[in-house]
Amino acid sequence: MSTLLAWSITATLLLLGLAMACAAFRMLRGPRAQDRVVGFDSLYVNAMLLLVTLGVRSGTTFYFEAALVIGLLGFVGTVALAKFLLRGEVIE
Amino acid sequence: MPYEALLVAVLALPFAGSFLAALFRANARNAESWLAGGVALASLALAGAAYPLMAEGGIARYSAAWVPGLGLEFVIRMDGLAWAMTMLIAGIGFLVVLYARYYMSPADPVPRFFSFLLAFMGSMFGIVLSGNLIQLVFFWELTSLFSFLLIGYWHQTAQAREGARMALIVTSAGGLCLFAGVLLLGHMAGSYDLDHVLAAGDAIRSHRLYVPALILVLLGALTKSAQFPFHFWLPHAMAAPTPVSAYLHSATMVKAGVFLLVRLWPAMGGTHEWLWLVGSAGLVTFILGAFLAVFQQDLKGLLAHSTISHLGLITLLIGLDSPLGQVAAIFHIMNHATFKASLFMAAGIIDHETGTRDIRRLSGLWRFMPITGTLAMVAAAAMAGVPLLNGFLSKEMFFAETIEIHDGSPVDRALPYVVTAASMFTVAYSLRFIRDVFFGPPPTGLPRTPHEPPTLMRLPAEVLVLACLVVGIVPGYTVGPILETAVRSVLGAAVPEYSLAVWHGFTPELLMSAFAMAGGIAVYFLLRSWLLVCEGPPLFRHINGRRIFDRVLVTLSWRLARRLEEIFGSRRLQPQLRLLAAVALLAALAPFYMQDLVPRSMARPELDAAFALVWAVGIACALGAAWQAKFHRLAALILLGGAGLATCITFVWLSAPDLALTQLVVETVTTVLLLLGLRWLPKRLEEISPPARIRWYRGSDFAFALASGAGLAALAYAAMTRPSPDSIADFFVENAYTKGGGTNVVNVILVDFRGFDTFGEITVLGAVALTVYALLRRFRPAPESVPVPEQQRVQDIDDDAHPDRKKGDTVRSAMAVPGLIMRLLFPVIAVVAVYLLLRGHDLPGGGFVAGVTMAVAFILQYMARGTTWVEDRLRILPVRWMATGLLLAGGTGLGAWLFAKPFLTSSFSYLEIPLIGEIPMASALLFDLGVFALVVGATVLILIALAHQSVRSRRAPRSREAEATTLAPMAELR
Repeated sequence: MSTLLAWSITATLLLLGLAMACAAFRMLRGPRAQDRVVGFDSLYVNAMLLLVTLGVRSGTTFYFEAALVIGLLGFVGTVALAKFLLRGEVIE
Repeated sequence: MPYEALLVAVLALPFAGSFLAALFRANARNAESWLAGGVALASLALAGAAYPLMAEGGIARYSAAWVPGLGLEFVIRMDGLAWAMTMLIAGIGFLVVLYARYYMSPADPVPRFFSFLLAFMGSMFGIVLSGNLIQLVFFWELTSLFSFLLIGYWHQTAQAREGARMALIVTSAGGLCLFAGVLLLGHMAGSYDLDHVLAAGDAIRSHRLYVPALILVLLGALTKSAQFPFHFWLPHAMAAPTPVSAYLHSATMVKAGVFLLVRLWPAMGGTHEWLWLVGSAGLVTFILGAFLAVFQQDLKGLLAHSTISHLGLITLLIGLDSPLGQVAAIFHIMNHATFKASLFMAAGIIDHETGTRDIRRLSGLWRFMPITGTLAMVAAAAMAGVPLLNGFLSKEMFFAETIEIHDGSPVDRALPYVVTAASMFTVAYSLRFIRDVFFGPPPTGLPRTPHEPPTLMRLPAEVLVLACLVVGIVPGYTVGPILETAVRSVLGAAVPEYSLAVWHGFTPELLMSAFAMAGGIAVYFLLRSWLLVCEGPPLFRHINGRRIFDRVLVTLSWRLARRLEEIFGSRRLQPQLRLLAAVALLAALAPFYMQDLVPRSMARPELDAAFALVWAVGIACALGAAWQAKFHRLAALILLGGAGLATCITFVWLSAPDLALTQLVVETVTTVLLLLGLRWLPKRLEEISPPARIRWYRGSDFAFALASGAGLAALAYAAMTRPSPDSIADFFVENAYTKGGGTNVVNVILVDFRGFDTFGEITVLGAVALTVYALLRRFRPAPESVPVPEQQRVQDIDDDAHPDRKKGDTVRSAMAVPGLIMRLLFPVIAVVAVYLLLRGHDLPGGGFVAGVTMAVAFILQYMARGTTWVEDRLRILPVRWMATGLLLAGGTGLGAWLFAKPFLTSSFSYLEIPLIGEIPMASALLFDLGVFALVVGATVLILIALAHQSVRSRRAPRSREAEATTLAPMAELR
């Protein structure tokens, strides 16, 4: 692995971690429930990217399934929360 | 060895017959009788064929491995005593079957009767032929069970139900005591094998556990044989059909107890405790039974009490603890079976032909049924101990035995006088049975005109009475060899001198007999006029065994339980949780003290800044969730999701992709699940300020939570900072591919190495899902949660206000794009689920993850368009999914048996498929498929059941008809 790649990966991981921290701040702070849900969704997106970056760093594809599952199913929680806020119940 | 086959056949025949008998038509009386009679006769013939061996004093044995791991063998063992009992059970069984053919009315469902009767016969064979004490207890409990079913045969009457229940509770409780006693016996003797136990008599008697074991065994034997103070169940068991009474309460069930005492006498007898415990129980029962029998007004009640009395006599003989006593006991077991069975049959005939069993209403039956009368008379005379009948012989032996000095105590010295007095009552009730029923003026007002029964119905009683006579007149030629065989197997070399002659000269026992006869006749004539009007026996009229039993039962099973529940139980969730947490806390503290588990220092690990950031996010989310959980549930739920995600990333970071995958899908489903539940939780009422008590509770809960969390952290830290011991992990890693055929160790462990555990877990999961579903069917939400949520009301009002909009347009437009995406994603997610399932054996994935993923696909459809829309188009049958999964997983496990491998052994190979190429195939994949189906079913069932609450609560005002059409897909679940 080239030095450049190694450095970029470290920087990416750090930045993604910071992004997660920002999202978590919105989740904690609010103020509205909608803000928290959006924070929650961006936390998932960042986590997915983090996992892909981890995969790149380790050079294996084992971690990609987890990223795939987040990519495919990560939105389900967000949708459920949004539906709850919109209609007061998830399944009508 | 032909004897082995013979033993197996004797034991197996009745059970096979019982199974067959259950399959006949309800009114097949003749076919059932042929079958049952044939089985009984075959057993009799088979047992009879073993006589040559028995006469030599040999023992026939058949043994097979039962639980080899515990050193238990299934042993069928026949010696002289077991042989004699087998002959008795089979012989009287045959006669009872013949009798029952005519006794049972065409309206009775006979398959049930004969099936139970045969199974009972088999269980009795099991008791007498067991060569292993545990096995004996097993058959012992079987007799309790089948006697319960037989006594309760006419379950439409409350009397039968009550009698059956009482018999079951008393005898099976005794059976449990016997089981405990047998375990002690086996412990003392070093083996459960009967031969070992009988040979270890000295070791047992000198063991310090001898007395507890003796008491426990006696509790079993005395309850079964209806000995004081457990005698009360027997009269109530008379609600059974008379053939059952004739069989159970003369030759079999009640004889099991005394049989066991004789059987164990060589191992446990010969001590002071035996003499006093067994002897006094027998003496009291003998006197009490005889006394109570005189005052009965019901024919069967009289016979029941006389049975109690005679069993007391036998128990007393065994308790007298001498070889001669055992001889007399065995002899009386046989004699009592013959005369009592015939008396029961006679009582049944009288009941059958006159319609009543009340002695006060019966009289002068002699002129209507002289033959039955003669039979009853001879049998009753045998019961009373009249010379030239078999009862006289064993009674003489009994009297002779009571005269002997045993321990010289005052009771021992008084014994001959006491038993002579009690025998007067025996004579009195025998006389009453005959004189009040068959003599006197013709009966008036009987339900039916009495007449003789069919010849064949009388035949069994005739055979038995003939046996009484023959044995009574020429004992030496008839019963002599049989008795000799039985006695020798119990006493071995120590068989005492005994004589079966009818005339022994003028002996003290003859004098006692004469006194008993004369006294009995006197008692009868003195009491006669009063007996016909009295209600219940004097002195004991107010002591009702049944009432005491009921009261004890109510106290134990209801009052005491209630009381304990009040003291120890709580229906409130908070104290329960507090207790759980406290126990867990204490349990976790224990290793710190006991194992000296101190945290050690460890090398500072390399800290990755990004990882630290993820953890900071996770910790912040977890703390926030805990902080908000009380009043802002939605915020807490979102934060919980954040903490969960941090955990997933940690799993990936620490190279556990399997865990991460599973955790991720579980997070998703959990969020949806909690949100579904959130809908039904009440809103916070801000204006309520909690009282000080509640605030205190909250404070203590907080302390608890802190302590638990800190404790768990300390425990984890201490465990992680010490070198890991040699664990089984290495084994799994090394053998996953070679033995399990997979490279994903986690999955191979789940579906192969620990397949049985997984099978159990998915069963539990299925049970939990069904329970949740069942609970939710009865769920009634709080009144304030029932109405449509505020958001929907506002949107509906808005829709109604605009003329160009229809109701529900707002949500339709809001969900148009996401809804479409969610619907289109269904096949995509399904493909991912299949992908995860198929690759699971070699790469991260597996049935569980795949199942939850598939469930998410279904739930998405529900979220996109609502319950009604989905269920109009998609038929999901979660229970079928679960059943299929469980059957598939179990079937895969069973499949291994076809290849003569243990349950759940997996196999794998490579399969060549055109176009795709060579792919690995493991039977574990099929198992995993079962896991997958069950997980899909269980998850969907729980989520849909929750989702249906909205539909249900809204449906309430609507008609039932509308409900049936909108919810047809779920109809089969309801």
